[in-house]
Order: sequence, then structure tokens, then C-alpha cells
Amino acid sequence: MNKNIIIAGVGGQGILTIASIIDLAAMKLGLNVKQAEVHGMSQRGGAVESHLRISSEEIFSDLIPLGKADLILSIEPMEALRYLPFLSPAGVIVTATEPYKNIPGYPDEETLLETIRKSAAHLPVEAESLARKAGSPKTFNVVMLGAASPYLGIGEKELEKAIGLFFERKGEEIIDMNIKAFRLGKEYASE
Amino acid sequence: MYKQLLLGAEAIAQAALDAGISGVYAYPGTPSTEITEFIQQSVQTNGAEVRSAWATNEKTAFEAALGMSYAGKRSLTCMKHVGLNVAADAFMNAAITGIHGGLVIAVADDPSMHSSQNEQDSRVYGKFAMIPILEPANQQEAYDMVRYGFDLSERTELPVMLRIPTRLSHSRAAIMRREPREQNGLCPSGDKGKWILLPANARKNYQHLLEKQQELAASSELSDFNRVTEGEGHTAVIAFGIAYNYAMEVIKSYRLHIPVLKISQYPLPEKKIKEFAERYSSVLIAEEGYPVYEELLKGYFGNGKFRGRLDGALPRTGELSPNLLGQALKVDTGEIRTVPGIVTGRPPMLCKGCSHRDLFDAINRVMENYPEHHVFGDIGCYTLGALPPYNAISTCVDMGAAITMAKGAADAGIRPALCVIGDSTFTHSGMTGLLDAVNDRSPMTVIISDNGTTAMTGGQDSAGTDRFYDICRGIGVEEEHIRLIVPLKKNLEDNVKTLKEELDYQGVSVIIAQRECVQTAKKSEKRKVKSGK
Repeated sequence: MNKNIIIAGVGGQGILTIASIIDLAAMKLGLNVKQAEVHGMSQRGGAVESHLRISSEEIFSDLIPLGKADLILSIEPMEALRYLPFLSPAGVIVTATEPYKNIPGYPDEETLLETIRKSAAHLPVEAESLARKAGSPKTFNVVMLGAASPYLGIGEKELEKAIGLFFERKGEEIIDMNIKAFRLGKEYASE
Repeated sequence: MYKQLLLGAEAIAQAALDAGISGVYAYPGTPSTEITEFIQQSVQTNGAEVRSAWATNEKTAFEAALGMSYAGKRSLTCMKHVGLNVAADAFMNAAITGIHGGLVIAVADDPSMHSSQNEQDSRVYGKFAMIPILEPANQQEAYDMVRYGFDLSERTELPVMLRIPTRLSHSRAAIMRREPREQNGLCPSGDKGKWILLPANARKNYQHLLEKQQELAASSELSDFNRVTEGEGHTAVIAFGIAYNYAMEVIKSYRLHIPVLKISQYPLPEKKIKEFAERYSSVLIAEEGYPVYEELLKGYFGNGKFRGRLDGALPRTGELSPNLLGQALKVDTGEIRTVPGIVTGRPPMLCKGCSHRDLFDAINRVMENYPEHHVFGDIGCYTLGALPPYNAISTCVDMGAAITMAKGAADAGIRPALCVIGDSTFTHSGMTGLLDAVNDRSPMTVIISDNGTTAMTGGQDSAGTDRFYDICRGIGVEEEHIRLIVPLKKNLEDNVKTLKEELDYQGVSVIIAQRECVQTAKKSEKRKVKSGK
């Protein structure tokens, strides 16, 4: 089993949370994990990405080679395209549709989504509205995790257990809200 | 012992604790910061007796580590690659004195300069000082090499460098811990011939260091960290540190059977390399950083055979990757997609509400009064003032240079000579420059942008908080020319007025622009809410 996942977004959007949850699930299954991330720039609204590699064999490179990523999981539409060179020919883009416009000259949204459509197999997700349904806009990253779950090679039970572990210290309410967000994302993906 | 998912930096930190250190001495610097932070958090949660306060700069950090070593206890010092420049005097001479309690220097390089001014290769320093260098290829090796490094350090009585690049420091993998061991007891050295570097002693010590090189080379020959993965054919790879991962990635992924010699301990195992390289007609040298050893090996055997950064097989600059190794090994990776033109850059920027923003507004406004706009800048979040919409600073070279460059510029005749420096950078290496300016009466204005923290690296403690007025007064800046302003939109007019007064004053002025970092403020709000205060 081998999965290479690029998780992308803007600093502060919680991509490392997603990565950590997947890590926990993968490790519980006895799989090898490597996860490369970007630090420092995360507080300052810059583009951030994480390379997440899961395998039943030894993993060498921390960085995913170009053209070998099975999935680009992006919390922001423009960021999904920034890492296109990493996507394999059969790879999938799962992206939130809400743009984060913190720079001048942000491209036209329609053109952006059109470019995503033309670039690869894709699943655009209205993460923010699903997050609100779950109980808080802050859960939109976990919504995206749910939407991407069919492509992770890890069962939903394991992922939900990992969510419970990750948010353990924040209490039952937060855990439940995030599980709800995860399930809403997953349902959306299966429609 | 169970497996934990740790960053390379955290693996080193955990390993140091398990190896029985009594102190960690460091100044924040990407990508090394997380090592010390992990130890600090661990000390907090587990109550271990390990000193772990942030130092004012890398030199003071190194020297404190050296002092702990003199006392017989184990110490770790951490820094980014340019931080070693700051510690270099202590570093070089610690190799001459040698050490007592084990001393490991964890240096984190930044190939491709993701957050640095250059991509200098710290192995050059290790070679310069003639000390052992350990360069792990992965997180488990990073963990294992710390214990090994302390043992090697105590056996050879030399400091040992542990070198990691950003991609290892900031990448997580599962590591297996070892049984922790006790710290050393207090057992000071007292060997004056060793520790007092008067020329008569130093000459003996240097000779002793040269004689030790044989022992270090022998250790590298025997080291399991330097090993061969057998293969077939006429082409081979010698891969150093993390470059080994990229080579193996390509080899496994494309089922090549190319032999690889992995090097992770220096000085080079000469016999092993010669035996290996002799068998092949083409050897690719993959090292992350400068082509230090590529150059050296090409020298032993002459050109042609050894390929790498120097002949274009790999790019001369920037970090390595599996794709670059693939290209060098002539693998067909197939069509790679390109980034669509519609994607624009999203560079890091100052946070909303950042105090530096208001300061730069005031600086830009006041500088409109003068025919030329030269503002000497420094290293920190405020360096982002170089970018639009502020475009406020003219230089940024190295820690503390804002003040000293402004002095030199003022001496040359630039008026006004204005510089901006952060509070942490000021204590790191700005104070000595200010003393120069005062002693030489150079007409210049220093703005200390004081947000109460070392922000860019994640909000660590700042050494001089609440003491800047006293420090400047103590250095000799006149009372009437130490001004305090609060950088806020509503204070813009007043602040510009204050700035103008001091810019026009033909002497040394210091303006302390003080407002808490918005990120730190947020964090302390969260903590207050949590603890119910």
C-alpha cells in the first residue's frame, strides 16, 4: 500500500491538523508515515504545503517526487493548482471552493475553478457551508478530510478514531463536532 | 519503548534528553528552533533538571554549552547555519581546547534558502575545525546519532557537529526511542594546559588535534552509518546525508540496481570510498549543500568520473529532490504537469494589526521630507517591510547589521541615516553597534521595533524586554534622544513628528517603538481564557 498526498492551503487554515489526523490513523494501522511540512511562514498568510507519504514499505524521500502524488487535498482553490506538477496522471484534486483573497491580483474565481476542472479528476467542496452545518466554520479543514477520505487508502473508522485521539484534550463537544464535519464531508464526496 | 511520530528536530531533542544532557543552549533560527522548544516543553511537563532558557545569541549559547562541558556535564547547542557564523569564534577554538563533558552542536542548514539569506553548508565549518560531523539521512538516524555523537564526543574529547537540512528538520516520521540514561555528575576539568589558549598551550593543542584526525578517520571507516547498498553496472552513487533518501527513492521506484555508498559520518572514510569508487566508471556525487566533497573527490582522482553539481549533472544551487536525482541518473519520469499561469504568488506578509505596519507607515511618511530614502533593515518579521505596500527598507544583510551599516553610512555622509531593528535582534548583536555609534558620535537614528518577542521563529522570549531604555542609556545615548512611541494608526501624526525631530538631530538617537506582537497577544489571551483568569 502506497499513498502520496499533498495537503495545501494558506497559513493558519489548519492543514497540519489534517496531516496529523491522517498520521495517527496510519500509524495505528502499522503503516510507515513521512510528513514534510513548512514552518515559520504559517502565521503570515503565505502558501503552505505538507507532503504526506503513507506506505507499507520503507519510505525514503520526505518529499513526494513530481508526478507521483495520488491526491492534492487543498483547503483553498488556487493553492490546489500550485502543486499540480506533483500530481500523477491518474491523481485527484479535492479542494475547497472558497477562495482566501489575502493578496492583490487574486485570479477570477470562475476561471480558477474552470482551470481545476480542466487539469485533473477533481472534487470541489463547499467546505465552509458544510462546516457551519457541523457547528463551526473552524471545522472546514476536517470537512475536507472527510471529502478526501475515499482517496486516502485508510478506512473511515480509523480516521474517526484518529479524530477522537487528536481532539481528546479539547473535550467531547469538540470531538463530536469534528466527527460530524468529517461525516458531512464524506457524504458530500459520495454524492 | 513505542514508536512516536516526531519531526527530525524533535527526534534530536528527544534523543538529547535520553542521552542525558544537562543543558541546551540556543538562539531561535529556522529550521533549528523546534529542537530547543521541544526540550523546553519536555522539561515543563516532565520536570527534568535540564537548563533550557533561550540565549541572547549563538555565541553566548555555544560558550555556555562549553562551560557546562568544562564542568563535566553534557550539553547541546543548536543553531541555524548562519547562526554558526555568529558562534564561529567559540566553535573553532572549542576544537583546539577540546571538550570535557560531551558537546554536540546541532546545526540546521537551509538549502534553497526557504527562510535565510544564504544556503551556506555547515559541513565546511566542521571540516575547518577538524571535528567529527554526523549527517543523518532520516529521523531515526537523527535520533540514534545524538547518543552516538555524545559518546563520540566524550571518547575523542572533541565537540561533534550534527548537521540536518530543512527537509529533515521539518519532516515527521516514526522513531523508536532508547532507554534514557543519567546525566553526568559535576566533575570539572581543571586542566589548564587544555583550556587556556595562550600560544604555548594552543600550539600543543593544535598538534594534538591534528594527531587525533587518524582516530576520527578510523571511526568513520568502522561506522555503520557509512555503508554500501550493493548493485550492478558501471554507474554508482555516493550519497551524503539526506541525499541518500532521494537516491534510494529513485532506485526503488524505477527498479534500478545502482550501487550506493551512503556517507553519514565525517571525516570521510577514505578506504571505503576508494574501494567503492574504483569499481565504477561513473560516480554521481549527491550532497545536499555545497559540492564540498564532490570537489575533494574530483581532486583525488581527476575529473570525468565524478559527476554532480560541478559538471551540471545536478544543479549548482538549491536543494536536491528525487526528481533531480532521477534526471541525473537519466530516468524517464514521463510527462510532468506544469503550474497553470493563473496561479499567482502568495508570499508571507505582516499579520493584520502588526505593529511593524504602523511603524513603516510612519517611516515612509517622515522620509518624504528628505531627497533620499535609505533605511537600513535587519532580520525578523519586520524584514517583510521590504515588500509592497511598504517598500520601506533598503538593506538586510545579517543580524545587527542595521545599526552598524547605518553608522558606516552616516560616517560616509548619508543624511539622514536611519535604521530599524527588532528587539531580539538588538540584544542579539545590535548593542555593540550602538556603542560604536555613541563612542564615535555618528549622526544616526536607531528605531528598535519592540514587539516583546522573537516573532518570526514562532514567538520565543526576547532577551531584553522592558530594559531597552536602560540599556540605551547605559550605552551612553543621551536621555533627551531616547524616545518612546507606540506604533498605532491613531498616533501616526505624533510619531512622524517624533521621528522628524530625531532624524534632524545630528547625533545618536534611539526611538523605541513599542507594541506587543499580535500573535503573542492572541496566545496569551487564549491561555488566560483557559486558566479562567
